Amino acid sequence: MSDKHTITVTVNGHVYTDDCEARMTLADFLRRQCGLTGTHLGCEHGVCGACTVFLDDVAVRSCLTFAVQADGARIKTVEGLAEGDELNTLQKSFQENHGLQCGFCTPGMLMCATELLRENPNPTETEVREGISGVLCRCTGYDGIVRSVMAAADSRRDGVSESGSIS
Amino acid sequence: MKPPPFEYRSAHDSAEAVTLLTEYGDDAKILAGGQSLVPLMNFRMARPSVLIDINQTQDMTHIHAEDGHLVVGAMTRQRVLERDQTAGSAVPLLPAALAHSGHTTNRNRGTFGGSLAHADPAAELPTVLVALGGELTVQGPSGKRTVPAEDFFLAPLVTSLEYNEILLSARLPRLPRGTGVRVEELARRHGDFAIVSVMAAVHLDSNGRADLVRIAAGGVDSTPIRLHEAEAQLSGTTLDDAGIDAAAVAAADSVQPTDDVHGSASYRLEMVRVLVARAIRSAITHQKEGHP
Repeated sequence: MSDKHTITVTVNGHVYTDDCEARMTLADFLRRQCGLTGTHLGCEHGVCGACTVFLDDVAVRSCLTFAVQADGARIKTVEGLAEGDELNTLQKSFQENHGLQCGFCTPGMLMCATELLRENPNPTETEVREGISGVLCRCTGYDGIVRSVMAAADSRRDGVSESGSIS
Repeated sequence: MKPPPFEYRSAHDSAEAVTLLTEYGDDAKILAGGQSLVPLMNFRMARPSVLIDINQTQDMTHIHAEDGHLVVGAMTRQRVLERDQTAGSAVPLLPAALAHSGHTTNRNRGTFGGSLAHADPAAELPTVLVALGGELTVQGPSGKRTVPAEDFFLAPLVTSLEYNEILLSARLPRLPRGTGVRVEELARRHGDFAIVSVMAAVHLDSNGRADLVRIAAGGVDSTPIRLHEAEAQLSGTTLDDAGIDAAAVAAADSVQPTDDVHGSASYRLEMVRVLVARAIRSAITHQKEGHP
């Protein structure tokens, strides 16, 4: 059974039109058809959270959404966080606070933390841990990640980085 | 893994979804938020040959209060419901339970009706519906029917929905002002499926006697179950310590859990006893704290 669809999505401001089978996940469409391999696939069943992207401004697991469902949607991936060549406040904070480690979960952590800080600009450490609880870090080094998110909230509050908008 | 091939159809409203279900028969499944169905497909544990996507529909996305009830459309996203003030003030057990239901990213996409129709016996929303005696409205080719929650959930992942019926919405009785609620959940990690969950709602009259007691448990049987015996023992009493402990024993006596990898039957029985007592006490505290 071959069920082909042609879809158009706007990813990080660029329009992509391509064919996909109905069963192609949004994650695979982003990685293969759009060449945006920043979105990682760990478990492919909605547990690890590495594939988290924004679908019409809401953070979702792109391994549990089919590409065909995203036809006409606006998507933001980890590649869309930086402003040109300049990392945003949250990304810089990950770099400065040892939030990356092996880097596999980083796209999921960044997208979840972006949504968290958008909804709650001054989270407590508990709220940060809760906010990233849907993303698994197999380096088991959550401390650096939590510190990175807290520091990003701090620096945005202090206005240290004028250019570094969170989303 | 990747899901097996399927044919994709998008329905524009609930009526079209019913038409498509009728056309494709048992081979079709409704695709709502996909937070349960898609993992099952990726594991190849489910192989529907047709998916009928209802994400483009508008007529099943609503939250409103009417005649002492809260009505929630099946396509309402769980995250929207969790943060909705009308829902939170009418049925404070809903946001309390949703906080335990997966993670934010699951609730962003996952739907109210999807969790109910999936009917996992350890899931939070089915347990809320059973605890409060909610009713589900389903649409088939010949019209709508209403099903009480305790008759809707039949077995793990099995509901009373016919192959060509779709869940439209559910109604929950509005809890009296000042009702205390509590969700006690035992899970290995926050957001995991419950090994045992207990949900309680308690309201005390002006004499300090309970005029409303609702208790249900999830994860201990093939469906969420209402703990009628414990409710009956506590209703009309002042909810003193001895009474709560006795009701908790009665609750454990009324369930028949089975062993699985997450816990033995005897462990689950003990946890029902402990969590029922804890949930009732916390619900009383919640009421006394005078939340709105």
